[in-house]
Amino acid sequence: MFEILIDYGPKLLDGMAITLKLTFISVVIAGLLSLPLAILRRSKNKAYQWPIKLYVSFFRGTPLLAQLFLVYYGSGQFREELTDLGVWWFFREPFYCALFTFALNSTAYQLEILRGGLQAVPYGEVEAGVALGMPRTLLYRKIILPHTYRIALPALGNEIILMLKGSAIASVITLMDVMGHTRRVFSQTFDISVYFWAAIIYLVITTMFVFAWRLLEKRLTRHMCYPVNSKPLSTSSVLSTTKETCHVN
Amino acid sequence: MSTNLHSEPALHVEELHKSFGDIKVLKGVSLTAKKHDVISIIGSSGSGKSTFLRCMNLLEFPNAGRIRVHGEQLDLSQGIEQGNSKARQSQIERIRSRLGMVFQSFNLWSHMSVLENVMLGPCTVLKRNRDAAEVQAKALLNRVGMLEKCHMYPDHLSGGQKQRVAIARALAMDPDVMLFDEPTSALDPELVNEVLLVIRELAEEGRTMIMVTHEMRFARDVSSHVIYLHQGKIEEQGPPEQLFNNPQSEHLQRFLSTQY
Repeated sequence: MFEILIDYGPKLLDGMAITLKLTFISVVIAGLLSLPLAILRRSKNKAYQWPIKLYVSFFRGTPLLAQLFLVYYGSGQFREELTDLGVWWFFREPFYCALFTFALNSTAYQLEILRGGLQAVPYGEVEAGVALGMPRTLLYRKIILPHTYRIALPALGNEIILMLKGSAIASVITLMDVMGHTRRVFSQTFDISVYFWAAIIYLVITTMFVFAWRLLEKRLTRHMCYPVNSKPLSTSSVLSTTKETCHVN
Repeated sequence: MSTNLHSEPALHVEELHKSFGDIKVLKGVSLTAKKHDVISIIGSSGSGKSTFLRCMNLLEFPNAGRIRVHGEQLDLSQGIEQGNSKARQSQIERIRSRLGMVFQSFNLWSHMSVLENVMLGPCTVLKRNRDAAEVQAKALLNRVGMLEKCHMYPDHLSGGQKQRVAIARALAMDPDVMLFDEPTSALDPELVNEVLLVIRELAEEGRTMIMVTHEMRFARDVSSHVIYLHQGKIEEQGPPEQLFNNPQSEHLQRFLSTQY
């Protein structure tokens, strides 16, 4: 069990770098795209609403694997057209195909999460800004978005974790991420314990992510904590006292 | 222009009409607030008094009417909607920034400290320098008795404290006119006085104020002028002594008899 780790550990770590890169970039791209789309989705203009609704229901309603195949194998069918457009170099690479699919998929989910967050912003607080004569951009920057992200944060964390684990399916289009290397090692050694080590890698990444995310949540909800906690928090106490001093209304 | 300014009323509202769907809430209401006026708007619920106040700073867009703030005219004759031209939008924002609004439910920004709440408007809308804004904010918080709580978040304050912070926040914009929308209606009875005290001080220092209120005794004490709204129209108005001691209209008589 451990000898496989010694022999193939570095390979798995290479895979981990790919997994992290793939997840991180697609989640960040999705994070940037989802906010403006969520705001447009909420506009009264049907011309904005409908295309976004269609997009979201497509990406939420079909399996990620199917979407990945559609992009990776589908783009091969249109090689000439894509070459003419000068984007074949992009769709030729499995990494970019996976990135493209994951980013679009995650955008759809994050968009819906943010839409819910935008909807839940306390309207009176927005109105207080309007009454002071704040222009729209300022309202968003100072009042609407801080609330939106506070409300959306737990769900966004969830989505990022799902994306991280979902990224394992990139291995079926020949990408050598954690799962890709694991499958290859297994086919060479028939040692099932390599799957165990792969699971450990995913677990470690998600655990570290969860802790980091919790710090972020702590920061964004600090106004909801009782002032008892106003003394500076050491990192360790943040990790151990996440529940008792926060009341979530 | 500048000679003109002093003779101009601080706020002049003329013939406001507002409907929500088929329901006509305001049927041509006018009001003139000269400098130092304290005008109270009273009336039973559904009479349109809150809507009237909210139309003054365009939190509700009136269907028709005219609004003039310190000589700056906003023509609403064609009816206006939010998706307006840039120039019109910035005019609306400018007018709003001159009218300080205090809400029934405080509406403090819950993710900002008390001090940040008071400083945000001056720092962003008025583009004041941060240090100056902080000095001013602290002076205002001191006035409303909230200085020692300036680093707390609104969730940790009582209703009365929140409302006093909200008043400081509105004052920080140096508004021409203060608008109060039932400032004590959401408060526990024992917290009402601390807020009324602050408002009374503002009245005594000569602030121009318009307030919608259910506190009849208070309205009678501090107002220079009282307006009684009934079903979207001004049914009676005048100095408080006249209105409260000698009401002419039947509706007002009945309304007052239910208040004491």
